[in-house]
Amino acid sequence: MKYWMIVKSGINRKKIRTFMTVFSIATAFLLFSLGRSVAVAFNSEVDFAGNDRLIVVSRLAFTESLPMAHKNRIEAVEGVSTVVWRQWFGGTYKERQNFFPKWPVPDNYFDVYPEWELSEGAQEAFSRNITGMIVGKDLADQFGWEIGDRIPIIADIWPKKGGGVWEFDLVGTYTNSISEEQGEAFINWKYFDEARLYETGRPGNYIVKIENPDQAESIAKEIDELFKNSLDETKTSTEEAFSRMFAEQIGNIGLIINSVLAASFFTILLLTGNTMSQAVRERTPELGALKAVGFTDRHIMLFVLAESFFLCIAGALIGVLIAYLLFPLFSGLAIGFSGEIEFSISILISAILVAFITAVISGVLPAYSAMRLNVVDALRKN
Amino acid sequence: MSFIRQVFSVTNMNLRSILKRSGSSLVIIIGIAGSVAVMVSLLAMAEGLSSTISNTGQDDRVIILRDGSGSELSSGVAMTEVDTVSSSPGIKSLDGEPMIAGELFAIIDLTKKGADSTSNLPFRGVQQMSFEIRPELTIIEGRNFTSGTAEIIVGKGANNQYEGLDIGDQIKVRDSFATVVGIFSSNGDVHESEIWSDLAAAQGIFRRGAIASSMIIRLESKDTFDEVGLYVESYPNLELKVQTETNFYDNQSSGADLIKIFGQVVGYIMAIGAVFAALNTMYSAVSTRLVEIGTLRALGFKGTTVLAALMIEALILAMAGGLLGAAIAYILFNGYTVSTLAGGSFSQTAFAFAVTGEVIQQGLTLALFVGFIGGIFPAWNAARRDITEALRSI
Repeated sequence: MKYWMIVKSGINRKKIRTFMTVFSIATAFLLFSLGRSVAVAFNSEVDFAGNDRLIVVSRLAFTESLPMAHKNRIEAVEGVSTVVWRQWFGGTYKERQNFFPKWPVPDNYFDVYPEWELSEGAQEAFSRNITGMIVGKDLADQFGWEIGDRIPIIADIWPKKGGGVWEFDLVGTYTNSISEEQGEAFINWKYFDEARLYETGRPGNYIVKIENPDQAESIAKEIDELFKNSLDETKTSTEEAFSRMFAEQIGNIGLIINSVLAASFFTILLLTGNTMSQAVRERTPELGALKAVGFTDRHIMLFVLAESFFLCIAGALIGVLIAYLLFPLFSGLAIGFSGEIEFSISILISAILVAFITAVISGVLPAYSAMRLNVVDALRKN
Repeated sequence: MSFIRQVFSVTNMNLRSILKRSGSSLVIIIGIAGSVAVMVSLLAMAEGLSSTISNTGQDDRVIILRDGSGSELSSGVAMTEVDTVSSSPGIKSLDGEPMIAGELFAIIDLTKKGADSTSNLPFRGVQQMSFEIRPELTIIEGRNFTSGTAEIIVGKGANNQYEGLDIGDQIKVRDSFATVVGIFSSNGDVHESEIWSDLAAAQGIFRRGAIASSMIIRLESKDTFDEVGLYVESYPNLELKVQTETNFYDNQSSGADLIKIFGQVVGYIMAIGAVFAALNTMYSAVSTRLVEIGTLRALGFKGTTVLAALMIEALILAMAGGLLGAAIAYILFNGYTVSTLAGGSFSQTAFAFAVTGEVIQQGLTLALFVGFIGGIFPAWNAARRDITEALRSI
């Protein structure tokens, strides 16, 4: 650190240029952070889905229902421990913007999700109260719901017999111990199934908890084999693969957005690299003078590299900071387009990593040519 | 006049020296080309998606969904309700029949070309009247399906993006097969991403009984929209929502709006980066030319002349970068077809990137903006430089 003075004088030599270089790097990293967050969003559900749970959907399309009779047959498969089911409810709470998934589920649904912690008495109340509803903690906070509130949901896919609005009683909340996902609502299957206008007795999809995750593939195959060539063929996959299917469907677009962002990132870095080598070239006589007073080639190289590191890291930190500040705005835009976008610490870590690599790449050429400088030639440039 | 001549000759001198300074000029051009290419590509994607979706809607067509449903997928209307609405005034008639059809919208899992897992393809069951209501739909290969059979026709976008949807191919639906007998085009709209079949066959496949997803109506003219709306309202037990097709599809294109905003945000962020790079370059371009500038001033050229000439130089470089960037985006992406999950319907819509004049214009505006900001400060600085000081820097 005793050479910091020298590095600092390089940085301070042209304050305007340093300032502008740092900020052009910062914009590159702002784009980098946004790009990373989009990538994270496209894969968001995939990260935390359980691999000991299988999802059984209709082979025709995941929106089609399956007969209740499938339950017993799936349960009989070796290695299956619990079978529960759910149905996509759709529906709207007051305004269409208030979107959240709502699933009618049986009482024992929560047994399959041990990572969810139900609030006290929620399970019991859910079993007892036919119009009961359990929601994620985030959802309750978002709408200011208290336990005991009556939540009206306007029907769309599932009209009620006789028409009108569905109403559910909030009996509890859940928190998720392994991820931030706690924004769904679960309603009592019995009430839903009896009161809906059509398709009574048919669940949407089954969630199958298996004893050994290693057997996931063979059990999935066995389940699909059971119903082959029947009216209700199934397609079974792990929860993870099922979520990934959705991410892949947005597919192309995510890929294009990311490659475009990557292209822009590298364009800006190219410009920055150019600025840096220009800065070193302008300073040739000064570097020559340093050599003349006895600094070694390695010293000179380190000075230039240190400067490059300083610029890149400072730029990266500023860029990530700006991204962090802009984030609420950005994720507001993205809702509905993809999953929920969250600013994760991994963005910061990967940004710093990339900044290091950038610093080396953009600093190494100027540093090398500075190291190779011949003292006499360098001084003559004056 | 003489001011313009002076500016012209100084600009000319500057431009001729650009070649000598090709490295730093290239930095400006590349920086701007990059920003413009990025913005133009993202906007072309948004433009392609939104025009595909909004092209579908027409003012003289009405779509009726269940009240509370935002998309056809989450909507259900009984065929008896279709019958009730068919007596409404304002509906155009064809050979004495009202132009109204019940349609079933569902999704079906098929494999996209080049993908491992399956994607959701829209499947629409239609009545014969549906074709009269949508005259833009034409069979371009094969023939239409025969009512009452398990035949299907496939939009050309779906045909192009999915495996096994050529004429003669069969797709498995539950315990039987449906045969592809025709390919249709539909003015580049969303229906080209769909599979169509007879309504009754679709109701069988998707177990809908006598239920459809939506009703589609052709109006006598767009002014008779209210007549249908009032008629439906006069039946309090009909929980239906009447809207023009234009209105409906405009609401469906929110995904495109997001891509558009995203494209603009990214484009502007990049532009800021390019501004910094351009500033750096122009500052050093000016500082290496201080002597020339001082000489010009000593010869009697005005500061404003120098300023104008430097600005023109910056704007010409910016324009070159802008055109280059737009050309890159055009060559890479124009007409490139992709498909994605469309908001609300949970199913795939195919669309082509459209690098339109308007999109290019936005890109070039961005380029000139970067050139202006990147040029004005260094040029201003140079123009008011003290002559003796500038000359002394020899």
